[in-house]
Amino acid sequence: MLREDALRAIYPKLKNHVVVTIMGAVAVELHNLGHRPNFFYLEHGMGLASSIGLGLALCLPKHQVTVLDGDASVLMNLGTLSTMARYRPPNLVHVIFDNESLLSVGGFPSATGTGTDLAGVAEMAGVEHVAKADTVVALKEAFAAASDRQALSVIRSKVEAVGPPSFALGIGLLENRFQFAAHLKGLSSE
Amino acid sequence: MPVSVANSQIIYDGLKSVDVRVVSALPETWLVHLVRMADDDPDTILVRLNKEEEGVGISVGAHFAGQKSAMLMQNHGLLTSVNGIVSVAQLYRIPLLMLISYRGEMGERDPWQTEGGRVTEPLLQSLGITYRKLSDPAVVAKDIEQAQTLAESSLRPVALLLTRDLMWEE
Repeated sequence: MLREDALRAIYPKLKNHVVVTIMGAVAVELHNLGHRPNFFYLEHGMGLASSIGLGLALCLPKHQVTVLDGDASVLMNLGTLSTMARYRPPNLVHVIFDNESLLSVGGFPSATGTGTDLAGVAEMAGVEHVAKADTVVALKEAFAAASDRQALSVIRSKVEAVGPPSFALGIGLLENRFQFAAHLKGLSSE
Repeated sequence: MPVSVANSQIIYDGLKSVDVRVVSALPETWLVHLVRMADDDPDTILVRLNKEEEGVGISVGAHFAGQKSAMLMQNHGLLTSVNGIVSVAQLYRIPLLMLISYRGEMGERDPWQTEGGRVTEPLLQSLGITYRKLSDPAVVAKDIEQAQTLAESSLRPVALLLTRDLMWEE
């Protein structure tokens, strides 16, 4: 599955979620599908997108939060799965696109390509609802179920290690940050 | 345990008075009472971390959600959090209120704490983080209020170093 197609499949639902993505291909491909003020693209600080999502989910219990993560980012902050499982916010969906690669820095293989199973890690960390969704149809179904479940969910999706020709994002880093914060301020005052 | 309950309470009350609602923490000896106070407080969201750098993410999420937060950590936790501080909090102009137990300074008996103590202030200085050492319980509330005010106005991390004189009762 191409990550681009995976993102397209869940994009309609993301419109109503508070979304945090990692850097690189995930950010660019989501942005290319159509930027929205409820999307925050973490362009650095590798590993921390999931921690930001956890903070958001705990502080915005009435809103669905989705983190769009990657294998290498999760591997860099593996403890995050255990912290998420500990607090299990019901409004958090953690999608891990696993291309078994550090794609944006030249495609070096990550440890998921040599045997580490992040779905298994999530499950053993204590996440109750873990899905492996490696086709567009499976991901669409898993994401819809996770969004409606009212329980912390992790979805691991294997995707091909190909990305966009450029990793330049069509929105300024601080512009995105302040727009996102202003949008959430509007949400919490509703 | 000779960690000061009274001064921990003063610090906790100081955090409450500046509307801190989210506290991330990785327990260490000097912080045990503060962590327990946060845990016992139904109005506070306490996030117990596996590694301190996660706390930067928690605070970023809290800030985006309009909540004030604080990070409770040892100075060695500051060392492990540096990339998060630089590449998220400073890069994205996020106010971070960091309360850091200052181990390894004057009076430290544990040899393993001493290297971290030696580099804590030079590290904060090289990161350009404004900080103050807290040792007088009479002015702790004001110190916290001023630190929070600066973090919010500058949209940057600010550190308060909790010293032995404040935290430890011999």
